[in-house]
Amino acid sequence: MQPAIIRAERVEKYYSQPSENRIQVISPTDLSIVQGEIIALLGPSGSGKSTLLRMLTGLSTPSAGQVYWHEAPIQSADVNVSIVFQSFALFPWLTVLENIEAPLKARGVDAATRRKRSIKILDTVGLDGFQAAYPKELSGGMRQRVGFARALVVEPEVLFMDEPFSALDVLTAENLRSELLELWHKKTIPTKSIFLVTHNIEEAVLLADRIIVLGRNPGHIRTDFRVNLAHPRDRKAAAFTQLVDYIYKVLTQPEAPAPALPNINGRRVRDQREMKYQMLPHARPGGIAGLLEFLLDHGGKSDIYRLADDLAFEIDDLLPIVEAASILKFLTVTEGDAAITSLGAEYANAEILRQKEIFREAAVENVLLLRQIVRALQSKSDHTVPEDFFHDTLDEVFSEEETVRQLETAINWGRYAEIFDFDSTRRRFTLPESALAEPESAFADASEAEEEKDKQETGL
Amino acid sequence: MIQLPAGFHLRRETLARSVVVRRSWPVFLDLCVAGILLACFYAIVQVARYWNSSPRTDFAISLSPHALPMYAFFSIVRIGFAYVLSLAFALIYGYIAAYTPRLEGLMLACLDILQSIPVLSFLPGVMLAMVALVPGHQLGIEMGAIILIFTGQAWNIAYSFYASLKSIPRELTEAARIYNFSPIQRFFHLELPFATIGLIWNSMVSVAGGWFFLMACEMFILGSRDFRLPGLGSYLQTAAANGDFRAITYGLLTMIAIIVATDQLLWRPLIAWSDKFKFEQTESSNRVSSPLLHLLQHSSAIRHLRQRTLRPISELFYRTSHKRRAAQHLQSASNSRVQKMLRYVAAGLFIGIVLFAATHAIVLLREVRLRQIGMIFLGAGATFLRVFAALLIGSAWTIPAGVAIGLHPRLARIAQPLAQIAASVPATAVFPVLLLAIVKAGGGLGIGSIALMLLGTQWYILFNVIAGAIAIPSDLREVGRLFRFSTVEKWKVIILPSIFPYLITGLVTASGGAWNASIVAEYFRLKNQTLSTFGLGAQISAATDAGQFPVLLWATIVMALIVVTINRLLWRPIYRIAETRYKLSA
Ligand SMILES: Nc1ncnc2c1ncn2[C@@H]1O[C@H](COP(=O)(O)OP(=O)(O)OP(=O)(O)O)[C@@H](O)[C@H]1O
Ligand SMILES: [Mg+2]
Repeated sequence: MQPAIIRAERVEKYYSQPSENRIQVISPTDLSIVQGEIIALLGPSGSGKSTLLRMLTGLSTPSAGQVYWHEAPIQSADVNVSIVFQSFALFPWLTVLENIEAPLKARGVDAATRRKRSIKILDTVGLDGFQAAYPKELSGGMRQRVGFARALVVEPEVLFMDEPFSALDVLTAENLRSELLELWHKKTIPTKSIFLVTHNIEEAVLLADRIIVLGRNPGHIRTDFRVNLAHPRDRKAAAFTQLVDYIYKVLTQPEAPAPALPNINGRRVRDQREMKYQMLPHARPGGIAGLLEFLLDHGGKSDIYRLADDLAFEIDDLLPIVEAASILKFLTVTEGDAAITSLGAEYANAEILRQKEIFREAAVENVLLLRQIVRALQSKSDHTVPEDFFHDTLDEVFSEEETVRQLETAINWGRYAEIFDFDSTRRRFTLPESALAEPESAFADASEAEEEKDKQETGL
Repeated sequence: MIQLPAGFHLRRETLARSVVVRRSWPVFLDLCVAGILLACFYAIVQVARYWNSSPRTDFAISLSPHALPMYAFFSIVRIGFAYVLSLAFALIYGYIAAYTPRLEGLMLACLDILQSIPVLSFLPGVMLAMVALVPGHQLGIEMGAIILIFTGQAWNIAYSFYASLKSIPRELTEAARIYNFSPIQRFFHLELPFATIGLIWNSMVSVAGGWFFLMACEMFILGSRDFRLPGLGSYLQTAAANGDFRAITYGLLTMIAIIVATDQLLWRPLIAWSDKFKFEQTESSNRVSSPLLHLLQHSSAIRHLRQRTLRPISELFYRTSHKRRAAQHLQSASNSRVQKMLRYVAAGLFIGIVLFAATHAIVLLREVRLRQIGMIFLGAGATFLRVFAALLIGSAWTIPAGVAIGLHPRLARIAQPLAQIAASVPATAVFPVLLLAIVKAGGGLGIGSIALMLLGTQWYILFNVIAGAIAIPSDLREVGRLFRFSTVEKWKVIILPSIFPYLITGLVTASGGAWNASIVAEYFRLKNQTLSTFGLGAQISAATDAGQFPVLLWATIVMALIVVTINRLLWRPIYRIAETRYKLSA
């Protein structure tokens, strides 16, 4: 086996919370980048792809474990890598040429050489004649070309890319992708290895020699396999679609339990799965209804891969909706296929008031956070509870940002299903009039027996 | 084939007849630049000569119009120095606050409080200290004035720089790190450009504020000593004291000329230039243009100068900094220990000095009798009522006027530039004249002080209301027309809620300004007699006059406390409501 250029050994990342807790984002992970391969890192949103990339480049220090650059600890090594960013990260006040020269300046290259190398790389990425333009005068695709030029001008050993094509339109992205492949295969650039983060499965299968799929909560490697298809790859070929399908299955399959986590520095690291606190997918009720109706029109059962294709959805946009519908028991997911349940069919066919009723019952029954909110509201004599109350509870399990998003989604669902009202200026939940009038409705289900169930679920 | 984006052609040199015309330009432009440089040189010589003279605290201010250019020049130099000092301070302070997590909270709180402290109460202390520090030279008093103006200018610039640093997009910072930018390269390639626009706008505000204080601190009395600096402020005060209306007119005209010139020669070119630092990805269509900027950018002399001086220096710098960093890589461990030690020593010294000064201040505070403290609080009440009245009167006329201007573009085209000129004349410059008129009409300083507060602060409200009214979406206004709202309904349902957040922003600034203005407004010397009215500002001024430092300190603390408390307990909650409930954009 070849010696690794970059090797990560049991790296993990956790963030400390205001409330003394720590959120694990990456669980202990081993990973090597060797010469001559394009690695694609896939995974759902928030699974820690960017976090892992930043640790591998030395931009961020792992909370535990070590990253090695040619077998020396990366902090003290003279690292030669570049990153191409999703947002391009160009300096808008510098011209194209000045942007590309900036990294060379930092390396103390003299003016004449700097200019020569920059012009040459501009030629390579097809930007000759644009040196004096400012980035804001260019189109998105051209800007990303500048991003590539700036990354390549320092002749990095490893080229990192964090979703480099997702801010571009489809055709531009396709164009840039094939040009990159050409540079790589013809060895026009001295780069030894490319590490690409993406959420586009086809892109990964199109480009990569090796694909790593990351799972969520906390981030861990689900699968890591080689792609032995010859270039140029044909999207229509059976082997290609089989691979794409396989990755979809990996991404949609329920998570397998992970091994128990160790103690670090005497402080127990909480793993979200260990907490068993349910994570709400960020889908809107309207989206769920739309998906179910679409599914019903297509015979009630469909391959999720096909579904995304038919709806022209990115997997990242579709998966939360599928997950939400499955939490509400409106559909079931097996082996990458989504099948609508009888409840789901009833929901999709009902008129709006009845829809809300079904959604309300399903949500209170299946969504822990909503159930907790309802119970808190019922137990207070004035039937109102501040948002902060739940904020503090969630804070123990989720990152600050995720806590806010969880509450946002819960509020969204609760308002839609008229489970509660939310006063957004005072940030308080209140029980709606209707619920006060008829206590024997769905809310009464949130009884004490379930309270026991919740306690077990949260593990608090 | 690569598609050229729109606007790209404009940058290319085109072979047309205009090139021939353009060729004859640079010589002329070079002459202009040479002239400007010569003028700068002469100015520096003049200032140095004057500063080296012995202190003339009882300067006789000449009211002849021939003296005016010189006075105006000295005033400008004062403001200029204070501004450069403020900018340097702001950059350093903002930088440290943004990059030192341990100090960040403390430094921000400091800024908040410093912004609320009435600057003019520092006047005696600063002056005496400076005169003692540089005995025998006019320089001492001059430095005192500059430092005072500085204390009125620095804070908002510092805050703006800090906020800019904090809002740099994460990926840009990471790009700078992954390519190993040295701190200086990062500063010039990333941090400073990113902050430029904020710095320029805040500088405009600060310099305008600088004129306000300059007028007040060029001429003042401290105990038995009468300090005067030659300048526009002292000219206007003397003219008002003598009731010389001709001189007053000349003085005011000069003032307006300076302000218009600063706007045209400094701010406009700067704003036009700063357009390239806009952090937006699309090109905006309406830009500010400036002939002067064009001149500077197209002068070949300046281009040559830059290539001969700045380029080689920066090249040399990048090469050495790279080598140094490579060397540092090896010995960073031992270095950090020394640095740590140094940091502790510095922190220790700082704490020591603060403690020393604080204990002495407390000793001073104990000299004041309880009855006097009671008077101070009573005075605070009186000033509070005056500030309140000023804000009320200000809102009463600016809200209708601002909404009218904001909703009618044609009116705006006429009214807005006029309002801008009126607003930029420092209230303290007009105040003596105004007071003269009020006294003649039989009024006293009670009314006069409210008038000055109004004069200085109504503009903040007006401009914010205009901005708010312009921002009302046209569909919202159309709804009003569609439902045939009556005027009252239209105001209640559409206009007032829409301008509310803007109005609050204006009122916060105005209220702070009004408190500060009370120091000048409630106690005034006119024609050898001292007019004064009961209030906290008058107490501060009187204590300054009589050299009663303990009372001065008490009164200052009380005023600062009031301003901070009002900000925290009144404005901030209202502002939050305005932000959440009445904000129009999602
Ligand atoms: N500074 C931080 N503090 C707390 N949590 C953080 C921080 N940075 C990231 N996280 C959390 O770490 C998780 C992984 O983030 P990361 O950006 O690596 O995900 P990603 O896979 O790149 O997602 P995306 O596809 O949206 O880019 C997220 O849940 C995020 O909320
Ligand atoms: Mg990411």
